[in-house]
Amino acid sequence: MNNPPSLPSHLLQSAAVRDRFTRLKQREVILEVKHLGKQFTSAQGTVTALKDINFKTHRREFVCVIGPSGCGKSTLIRILAGLESYTSGEALLDGEPIVGACAQRGMVFQGYTLFPWLTVKKNVMFGLEMNDHSKTTAEREALQWLELVGLSKFADAYPHQLSGGMKQRVAIARALANQPRILLMDEPFGALDAQTRAKMQSHLLEIWKNIDITILFITHDLDEAIFLADRILVLKAHPGEVQELIEVPVPRPRNFMQITSPEFLATKARLEALIHPPKVEDDDEAQIRPHMIRMARVGDDVEDVE
Amino acid sequence: MNSTVIPIAPKAVVAKPGWTDSWFAVRKELTPRSRVALIVGSFLLPILIWCAFSYLPFVWHPMMRISDPGSVSYFAPDMLVDKDVFRDETKTAKQNGTALPQGSGANPIYLPAPHQVAKALYTAFTTAPERKDGQWLHESLWHSVQIIFWGFLASSVIGVPLGILCGTYNVLSRLTEPFIEFFRYLPAPAFGALAVAILGIYDGPKIAIIFIGTFFQQVLIVANTTRKLDIALLEAALTLGAKKIQLLFRVVIPGILPDLYRDQRILLGWAWTYLIVAELIGTSSGITWFITQQARYKNFENVYAAIIIIGIIGLVTDLLLAALGKWLFRWERSPNKA
Repeated sequence: MNNPPSLPSHLLQSAAVRDRFTRLKQREVILEVKHLGKQFTSAQGTVTALKDINFKTHRREFVCVIGPSGCGKSTLIRILAGLESYTSGEALLDGEPIVGACAQRGMVFQGYTLFPWLTVKKNVMFGLEMNDHSKTTAEREALQWLELVGLSKFADAYPHQLSGGMKQRVAIARALANQPRILLMDEPFGALDAQTRAKMQSHLLEIWKNIDITILFITHDLDEAIFLADRILVLKAHPGEVQELIEVPVPRPRNFMQITSPEFLATKARLEALIHPPKVEDDDEAQIRPHMIRMARVGDDVEDVE
Repeated sequence: MNSTVIPIAPKAVVAKPGWTDSWFAVRKELTPRSRVALIVGSFLLPILIWCAFSYLPFVWHPMMRISDPGSVSYFAPDMLVDKDVFRDETKTAKQNGTALPQGSGANPIYLPAPHQVAKALYTAFTTAPERKDGQWLHESLWHSVQIIFWGFLASSVIGVPLGILCGTYNVLSRLTEPFIEFFRYLPAPAFGALAVAILGIYDGPKIAIIFIGTFFQQVLIVANTTRKLDIALLEAALTLGAKKIQLLFRVVIPGILPDLYRDQRILLGWAWTYLIVAELIGTSSGITWFITQQARYKNFENVYAAIIIIGIIGLVTDLLLAALGKWLFRWERSPNKA
C-alpha cells in the first residue's frame, strides 16, 4: 500500500458524523436482511451465491453495496427487488417478508430499461397506472417527477432521443413516482461516461436529500460508493458474504472537493485493502501475462521525445 | 535524442478514394444517389438480359420462324421449327432443286419478347373475356387477392395471439410448439384433397390451404419474436408494480409490435407463394385460372403478364406496408443512429 503514513483510520469519526450515525440508527428499520442465503445447482454442482447475509437499513439511509465481481451483489439486489428467489434466511421490508416484485421496492437498472414505445412522460406514468391511479393523477404526478429530474422539456420525447444520463434520470423518476419505501439501484451509472456519472451522483444526492427515500445502491466504483453512501456493505466473493459494514466518516453535505480529504482517502484505503487484497492471483484476469516485445525502432522512444 | 533520429520520408497520403472504395466499402451506407441507381439497376439488369435473349439473334434463337414455306409441304407461314429441321429441309430442297424455305431465327414460344409481354399487360385489361361467363383479368386478380386476404386473416386471428402466448408462457410453448413443429413440415398442398372433401370445391379449400401454409410458421415465428423481447423490460415493469395481465398487454404486446409487424409482412409474402397451388384445388379460379387457360392456348405473353402482375401487387403491398410501419413505429430507434 502506497498510502501516506499520516492517513487516519477510517473508523475515526468527527463528532458531527458520529452524532449523525447515532440519530440515523435510531430511525425505524426499513429493510432487514437476516441470514439470507442463496444456493443453486448448476452443471458444476451446488453453487453458493450468497451466504448468511445480515444487515439493516434505516429510513432515509443511503447504503452502497460493493464487492469484487462474482460476490453476488447483483443477486442480492435482485432478491430484494423480488426478481429472484432465495433459499435460506429472511428479507423483510417494514417487517414484512419480501415475496415477488412490487411497487414498494423501486428499482433502477444499469441498462435503463425504459419502455421504448412510450414517451418520457408515459414511462413515468407507467408505474402509477399499474397501481390504479387515474390517468389525470398519473399525468400530473409524472410531470412533477420529471420537473424534479430536470426533464420537463423532454416529456414528449421518446427514449431513443435521449442521452444515457437523461435516460437514467427518467428511470429514476419512473421508480420514484411510485413513492417506494426503498429504491434499489443496480450499478445505475455504470454505463455512463465519467463526466455524466459525476453529475448524476450529485443529482442523486440532491434527490435523496429532498425526498423521503431509502436507497440501496450497488456499484463497483470505490469513489462512487464513498461519495454517496452513509454506510458501505462490502461483500466478498465465493461465496458471497458480508466482509465488513463500513460507516463512511466523510461529513455531509458531500462535494467533489472531499475526494482528497483524509477521511475519504482513509475509507478508500480500507476498501481497497478489502476488495483488492495484495495477494490476488487465483482469478482468471491474473493468469493473463502479456509478453512485451519491442516493435518500435531503436531510439524512437515515446517517453523522452523532445 | 537529437542527431540519431533518422528522418524517414512520410508515406504517401492515401489519395482520393477510388471508385472501389466508395462502391465496395464493407457495410458502409451508399449515397442516396447511388442507392437509387442500384434499385433501378436491380430491375433493369434482368430486363436487359431478357432483351438480349429476345432481340439479339446470335444470343440464343434455337428456332426458325417460317416466312415462306417454299417447297416444304408441312411448313406453314409463322410456324416455328427447330433449326436442325430447317437446315435439313433446306438441304433436301437444294438437292431436289425445288423452292427453298425462308425464315428467320426465333426463340421458342415459351419465351416471348418484352414488347409482346408489355402489350399483353395492356391488352389483358382491355380485352373482354372470350366466353360470356369468363372473367376479366382484374376480376380474376381481385378474386385471388380475396383468397389471400381471408386465408391470411384467419391464420393471423388465431396464429398471432397463440404465438404471443407461446412466447410469453412456457407452459403453452411446451404444449403446442412440438406438434406445430411437426405439422409445419407437412406440405400444405398435401391437404388439398382433404380440404375439398370437407369444404367443397369453391373458395373454402383454397382459403384452407393458405391458412395451413401460413399458420404453423406464423405461430413459431411470432413465439420466437415474443421471446426476443428484452427480459429487463419485464423485470422493470414488475418492479413498477405490473401484474400478470398488465405485463402481457402493457409490456409484451407493445414491446414486440414492430417486430411482429415485420413478421407479418414476411408471412404475407409467404401466403402469396401458396396462392397458385391453392387455386388449383377444386375448381380452378382467380389468377391461376387465367394463367392455366392462357398457357393452354399457348398465349405465353399473357402468362408472363399475369406473373408480373402478381409480382407487382406483392411488391407494392410490401412497400406500402413498410411505409405504414415506419409511420406507426416512429418510436423505434433507427438502425443508423447509435
